[in-house]
Amino acid sequence: MTGPERYPDDHTDGFPSPPRTVEDAEGRTIELRVYDGSDAEREALQAMYEAFDPADRAQGIPPSRPSKLRGWLDRILDEDCFNVFAWDGDDVVGHVTLVPENGTESPYELAIFVLQSHQGAGIGTALIETALGYGAEQGITQVWLTVERWNRAAVGLYEKIGFETTDAESFELEMAIRLDDQTESTG
Amino acid sequence: MKVLLGIGGSDDSIRALEQVVARTAEVGDDLTVAIVENPRSPRSREEIAERTREELDAAGVDAEIRQVEGDPGSELVDMAEREGFDEIALGGGQTSPMGKINVGSIAEFVLLNAHTSVKLVR
Repeated sequence: MTGPERYPDDHTDGFPSPPRTVEDAEGRTIELRVYDGSDAEREALQAMYEAFDPADRAQGIPPSRPSKLRGWLDRILDEDCFNVFAWDGDDVVGHVTLVPENGTESPYELAIFVLQSHQGAGIGTALIETALGYGAEQGITQVWLTVERWNRAAVGLYEKIGFETTDAESFELEMAIRLDDQTESTG
Repeated sequence: MKVLLGIGGSDDSIRALEQVVARTAEVGDDLTVAIVENPRSPRSREEIAERTREELDAAGVDAEIRQVEGDPGSELVDMAEREGFDEIALGGGQTSPMGKINVGSIAEFVLLNAHTSVKLVR
C-alpha cells in the first residue's frame, strides 16, 4: 500500500534536530542521536526489539521471529531511510524510523517504538519531534503513518505534534504532516 | 465446504487466490471466485479473470468465476447469505513500505457484517 493521496496544506516547522539530550519525566538523561550505520548500534537496537513486549506491537511490527526481525531491520536501516535512536546510557530505549515508499523523493512513512520500561515519560514526543527535525534537514517534506484507531494515546500524540488525519475509513487511521524543506534557500 | 473468494486485483488478493485454490485442490471445497470492483487495482478485471482461470487450470480445480458489480463488501456478504456459502475468503491486507499490515475497507465491512466465517489470507 502507499501513503495518503493528499497532504495537509499547512507546513509545520521548528522541530529540533539531533543530537539532543533530554531529561524524561522520570529524571533519566536520554540522548537522541541519528543511527551511525555501525553494527554495534544495530545490535543495540536489535536488543531493544528482542526485549519488546508483543502486546505493544503495531500492525505486525516489530516481527517476533528472529529471522523476520533481522529482515525488518535490514529494510528500515537501509541507507535511504532515516533513523533516530533514544539512548539511556548504553541501551536503546526508543526508536523512530522514516522509510520512503519509493526512493528519497517520495513520501516517508514514520513509525515509533518506545521500550515498555521507558513509556509514558515524554520520550516518544521528543523522539518524533527530533526525527521530523532531522527529516526536514534532509529535505523530506511529506511524512505519513497509520495507527490503530483505538490507540487514542498515540493519535493524540501525533495530533499534538501536528499530524492531521487523512483517511479515517479503514481499521487504521492514516495521518500525515507536511514539513518545510530546510535544504531550500528561504532568501 | 462452500467457499466464496472475493478478489479485487490488489497484490494481497492475488496471494489469496493462489492459497485458496491450492487449499481447494487439497480438500475438495466447492469454490466460487467473485471478481469485485476495486478502483485502486493495478490489474484490469479481464486480467484478473485470466489469472484466475490459469490458477484453477494449473491446480485442476473446477470453480465458477463471477464478475460482481456494485459495492464489493455488501455484494459479497449478500451473495454468501443468499446462496448458503460457509466461508468468505479475502486478501488479508496490504503491507506498507516499512512492513505494517493494513486491512482494507472491504475486509472490514465483511468482517463486521458477514454471518459466515471470514478468512483473511496472509
